Amino acid sequence: MHRYRVAIVGAGIIGASIARILSMYENIDVSLIEKEPDVGWGVSKANTAVIHPGHEEDPKSYPLRARLCKEGNELWREWVRELDIPAKWPGELMVFTSDEEEKAAEKYIEFAKVNKVPGVRVVYREELRALEPTVNPDALGAVYAPTAGMISPMEAVIAIVENAVENGVKLFTETEVFNVRVSANRVIGVDTNRGFIEADVVINAAGLYADKISNVVGVDTWFFIKPRRGEYLLFDEDVDIKPTRILHTVPTLVTKGVYVVTTVHGNLMIGPTAEDLPVDAREATLTTREGLEYLWREAGKILKVLPPRSRVIRTFAGLRPEPPNGQWLIKAYDSPWGFVNVAGTRSPGLTAAPAIALHVLEQMRSVFDLRLVKKEKWNPFRKDIVRVRNRSIEEIDRLVETNPDYGEILCYCRMVSKAEVVEAIKRMKAIGVKTITVDGIKFRTYAGMGKCQGSFCRWRVALLVSKYTGVPLESVVVKRGSYGVGDVKLLLRGRAAKGQG
Amino acid sequence: MSNLIEERYDVVVIGGGPAGIAAAIRATELGLKTILLENRDVLGGIPLQCVHPGFGLHYFKEDLTGTQFIHRFFERMERIGVEYITSAHVHSIEYRDYMEKVVNTITRKGVLRLYSKTIIYTVGARERTLFEIGVVGDRPDGIYTAGEAQTMMDIYGVLPGKDVVIIGSGDVGLIMARRFALEGARVKAVIEIMPYPGGLMRNVVQCLRDFNIPLLLSHAVISIAGKKRVEKVTVVKVDEGFRPIPGTEFEIACDTVVIAAGLRPNIDLLERLSIAIDPATGGPMVNELLETSIPGIFVAGNALVINDLADYVVEQGEKAAEGAKIFIENSGIPAEEWKPVKRGRNIRLAIPHYISGERSVTILARVAKPEQRVFVEVPEVGYKTFHMAVRPAEMIRLDLSKDALSKAEKSVTIEVKPIAYRA
Repeated sequence: MHRYRVAIVGAGIIGASIARILSMYENIDVSLIEKEPDVGWGVSKANTAVIHPGHEEDPKSYPLRARLCKEGNELWREWVRELDIPAKWPGELMVFTSDEEEKAAEKYIEFAKVNKVPGVRVVYREELRALEPTVNPDALGAVYAPTAGMISPMEAVIAIVENAVENGVKLFTETEVFNVRVSANRVIGVDTNRGFIEADVVINAAGLYADKISNVVGVDTWFFIKPRRGEYLLFDEDVDIKPTRILHTVPTLVTKGVYVVTTVHGNLMIGPTAEDLPVDAREATLTTREGLEYLWREAGKILKVLPPRSRVIRTFAGLRPEPPNGQWLIKAYDSPWGFVNVAGTRSPGLTAAPAIALHVLEQMRSVFDLRLVKKEKWNPFRKDIVRVRNRSIEEIDRLVETNPDYGEILCYCRMVSKAEVVEAIKRMKAIGVKTITVDGIKFRTYAGMGKCQGSFCRWRVALLVSKYTGVPLESVVVKRGSYGVGDVKLLLRGRAAKGQG
Repeated sequence: MSNLIEERYDVVVIGGGPAGIAAAIRATELGLKTILLENRDVLGGIPLQCVHPGFGLHYFKEDLTGTQFIHRFFERMERIGVEYITSAHVHSIEYRDYMEKVVNTITRKGVLRLYSKTIIYTVGARERTLFEIGVVGDRPDGIYTAGEAQTMMDIYGVLPGKDVVIIGSGDVGLIMARRFALEGARVKAVIEIMPYPGGLMRNVVQCLRDFNIPLLLSHAVISIAGKKRVEKVTVVKVDEGFRPIPGTEFEIACDTVVIAAGLRPNIDLLERLSIAIDPATGGPMVNELLETSIPGIFVAGNALVINDLADYVVEQGEKAAEGAKIFIENSGIPAEEWKPVKRGRNIRLAIPHYISGERSVTILARVAKPEQRVFVEVPEVGYKTFHMAVRPAEMIRLDLSKDALSKAEKSVTIEVKPIAYRA
């Protein structure tokens, strides 16, 4: 039995999904390589979190996107159950407010037919209001697509990686790939800041940087990525405007529409904007006054009542990897043999991720003629962290009986216990995270995601990180920087010793 | 069914800061079966981390640090034998009927169901965040609320940063500016959107002028930039409507931003009981014994209204405990009629919201804008006092006697009137 060593560049939703699929095989050794301290910190971190039905993809211009979007929507329903990922399936309403918009919206009914997306139809005033009471009464109608869903994308990446590692994938964090080594027209591995990693197959899922990786290999040199920024408004969970369905405006040539959703964690969220940035602005996740004002205006077209501005708890922005002409570049190359591009997977990339992973496997099988043997014992399941939140007091009491740390609440806003934070640290270590960050814990436990945005709990979480990793409190990493710059007493003593105090 | 631990009390006090401790002491002194619940692993709340003086001038007639101030109460608690639990998180409050509420509390020993005739809610405030004040740009590390920075420095000995810009010139912002300066950090500026400082005058002098820290009035931070850590902020001058004036933008290099942009009463648990809220204070509406719109639930301290002084907070805690006693003895607060306290000219907020006219009352009020040489008046009861100056940063305190208040028929009005200009 021939063994294949596969290196996947990028542990976002795409790289992680591919790793999970490849982990089903006995004779593949997978290295999942990520430049950040944790998984999912690129494109996967900040997006609309919608699992699209597939009726918005033009089957003529984007047949691959259309097919994988619909397949991905179906696969996610399995994946979220197997991996215990927060998800819901409320369906979506593309709301139109004028005859022009109605005309533009009709085309998606046609797309739905060709793409075989079930249940898509136009609903008018009364039915629209019945489906969604929070909708603006001026709305004429909407295209209803009942198969739309929402997930928590960061938790999805984390869950998939935990499951993949459980099934033998090796994760390398803080490992940046700067070269793909090719010898005799075959890839032989990747050069990283932490040394050379051997591989027979290199899969490029580097998100915003996928064009750089592709270019060093020298294939499809026309390909490049343009970052497209999307800004968002996130509201306090106590805001009572909570649409049941996913709502959005009709896409135009310029934008894909602004969404108004209730996240799986119960927060109203509005976004995104769509702003094309210069090709080198790949870290420009800043928010702008203009962008946020645009969101308020667009949301006003969809919603009957806008929430008060004072209830915004966070504004943020993410970048989407926009390829030339919107075409995904998913391809296994025989020259050099062993290279695979999964690049420019802009929306609906999140939706399609599981289907993309299967598609990549098929490409690899046919181009590389892989002889794969399925594992006898592949574990499809992963359990989420057990949480105090949303449980009855009787259930919480039983949890505390099993572990008193469940009885110590660290984050008041989101009711997160010490036990959950300790479990998150344990799980981060288990997948191979080297630097335990406060942000990494936030994404796993929601500590710091409430209305006080961590001002009451950040130091408590940082203290636990310090305790369980041996890193001094001031050196605990929050996102990318340290919590503090020094020990107050040491600084004073140091100065006194030098006679400068 | 459930085997949760159940206990019965006259008073459950939620929140072990100065208001809650004072309430629990007073309630215990009054012979009420009382328990104090605190979320953190220590009692004391915010004063624990306040190493600066200015506490106790009214209450103890002494100038104490926050830590000294709160320790005086610890000693009293011990003497009187107040029952309390730390690391206790209130999951929810159930209102069963007029004389029975349940406080579901998560502890390391399990969930407690505390049945109580009354509740005194003293959980304090939370700080406004970057996002609430509309700052845009990057979201790097190095951004702290003032309270978080203070916890880091004065509880855990960690210096948050070295080159600091502080947003907000309320007392919290001013005190943190001095605190950073004392640790050798460079405070580049304190930025205040209003045309006047938000804190007490003594703090402007002692915390900024004495340390040569620039105070930029009518300015706002509009954005933050930085990759890993904060690198700079963009500041702009604002007009009277707080709108940025184009062309006045400039940058300040810094590695740390401290947000001291005000506090909001933390009333999440009460909001879920659909309590009446005063938009002016952000806290519950209360009567003269600090009872909320839900019978037998009292509120005191910064969960009621953002106070200038811990001394006032303590007084409110004691007042609420006296209210609880009256409530229990009379199955409710006896009053023939509740008369509204109305806000007149230049009054932004006033506590309490309702009075009976049957008890003496201390009213705390804040003006909307600073004025000099004014009378503070309550025309219905013939109250009138002269003030050299009134400022939004400093609460006005009106002690109104029962006799005076008995003159009020339908309502009382607090108002500020300038002295007629003399040529």
